[in-house]
Amino acid sequence: MGGPRLVPFRLMPIDIDIAKVARLARLALSDDELERYRLQCEVVLEHAALVQTLPTDGVAPTSHPLPRTNAFRDDVVAGCLDREEVLAQAPEREGDYFLVPRILDEP
Amino acid sequence: MSDLADLTLTAAAAGLRSGAFTAVELLEGVHRRAAMTEAHLHAYLTLDREGAARAAVAADAGFRRSDDHGPLQGIPVALKDNMVTRGLETTCSSKILAGYLPPYDGTVVTRLRAGGAVILGKTNLDEFAMGSSTENSAYGPSRNPWDPDRVPGGSSGGSAAAVAAGSAMVAYGSDTGGSIRQPAALCGIVGMKPTYGLVSRFGLIAFASSLDQIGPLTRTVEDAVSALEVVGGHDPADSTSYPGPVPDYRTGLESGVSGLRVGVVTELNGAGIEPAVQAAVNQTIEQLEQAGATIVQISMPSVDYALSAYYLIAPAECSANLARFDGVRYGLRRRGENVEEMMSNTRADGFGPEVIRRILLGTYALSAGYYDAFYGQAQRVRTLIIRDFQAAYEQADVLVSPTSPTTAFSFGARTEDPLSMYMSDVCTIPSNMSGDPAISVPVGLDDAGLPIGFQVMAPALGEPVMFRVAAEVERRARFDARARFATSEVA
Repeated sequence: MGGPRLVPFRLMPIDIDIAKVARLARLALSDDELERYRLQCEVVLEHAALVQTLPTDGVAPTSHPLPRTNAFRDDVVAGCLDREEVLAQAPEREGDYFLVPRILDEP
Repeated sequence: MSDLADLTLTAAAAGLRSGAFTAVELLEGVHRRAAMTEAHLHAYLTLDREGAARAAVAADAGFRRSDDHGPLQGIPVALKDNMVTRGLETTCSSKILAGYLPPYDGTVVTRLRAGGAVILGKTNLDEFAMGSSTENSAYGPSRNPWDPDRVPGGSSGGSAAAVAAGSAMVAYGSDTGGSIRQPAALCGIVGMKPTYGLVSRFGLIAFASSLDQIGPLTRTVEDAVSALEVVGGHDPADSTSYPGPVPDYRTGLESGVSGLRVGVVTELNGAGIEPAVQAAVNQTIEQLEQAGATIVQISMPSVDYALSAYYLIAPAECSANLARFDGVRYGLRRRGENVEEMMSNTRADGFGPEVIRRILLGTYALSAGYYDAFYGQAQRVRTLIIRDFQAAYEQADVLVSPTSPTTAFSFGARTEDPLSMYMSDVCTIPSNMSGDPAISVPVGLDDAGLPIGFQVMAPALGEPVMFRVAAEVERRARFDARARFATSEVA
């Protein structure tokens, strides 16, 4: 008995609106890619949904293994990254700024 | 004369101090080895020959004036390529970070430099540490030094291959669901995941922040102790860093296991484990009993759900962490009519299939309407797993299992079926969920001559007892087999 296992199991039908999820994740995928990822994600989620079979009434969620409250440091001036070294990594820059395509429409 | 590249860290550190050889000679030995093995194994993405040579010269100069910075001074060290190194290309094995030159060193890197380590370069991994074979690297996989037709494991597969082959004396990897321990097991070396927060993650490119932990891959348990001593301890730059004092890992190494209680986890042993792997594990358990340990069988029912919970929590955190790769501040950019299109084109082209799959999974699991059923429920299951561990550690000082259900598998064997790949980590994931330390120690070979790893798990900050048991496992197993590619002569 015992031992690790992947329980074949289907609790609820997984039906992913994959185009919406890809848009939320900012991934420009083709229709073929979307369909392939939808099928793969559904297979994984059907197994991941096994967690729903475990009774957890009154069980608090754990977001972090070792509970921490905020970590503060003393408010003193310290060094920071070299601006030129940082900006040198930008795909596009203009002077001391990261350059991106227009965000706002023309007024 | 024996090859310097085959020395343990401990032996090399002694040789450097006795004057048997210099750090420059040690580095030359490791570079000679890498020159023979790299064409076959592809453990490295970047070899920094000049930087390493400078560090070796500085280490020797330090020894000459009795300036000793500890066990890693003059030791050739490799870093998984998800730890940022100032001015040295850091890619996470992803196309999206090709050519990226970080503007700072991560804390582990800073501590290694301060400790006089000779940083050899950056090792291959599954893209963004997502995978168990290095087959997800955008720059091609690494190969197993025991059999180059098989994977080295992953995600720290390049690190494990380098240490097993002798092209690094010690390597640092990261472990989110087993990414240090599983490749260590598949490559016949020691791999250790410290307690969550014991090693700073400042400068580790994040995958799943509540699970990620940096740790060493080495040839022996004592080497792992030395490698952990140099990098562990509180770091104000990492808000999740453990603020208390670092445990003394070394004192108990020779103490043996007499009087200790060793728990065998029912759910991680037996069915689903390759017979040769389980047989080697059972033999090791018997050896621990002969050495004076009390063996107790322990059931942890929630562990059966750990893999499922992991594949909700890790993708959810990854989908948030990887949002920073947007083509604005670093890395790849693809054009678009507006900002959103630029970002979407950049990310779709820059990320590989496994990373995209996990981002999609995580985005779905966090999206409105599904959050509580998937992510929230996985977090509650995580609580149950932690409770099961707490109960288990009332009955046992350490818990044991195989590290990986199988030995090294062939290329392509699991790439078409994500779930079968995910099963590689079924024995290692529980300790990431609980934040506890765990180590893999090589204990034998299967019929094909492939190494088998034995996992020792301990409660948070239980590194001393974990190392103590691991050292006894190592002494009893007498694992002295060598990888086929651990030689400077062949090929």
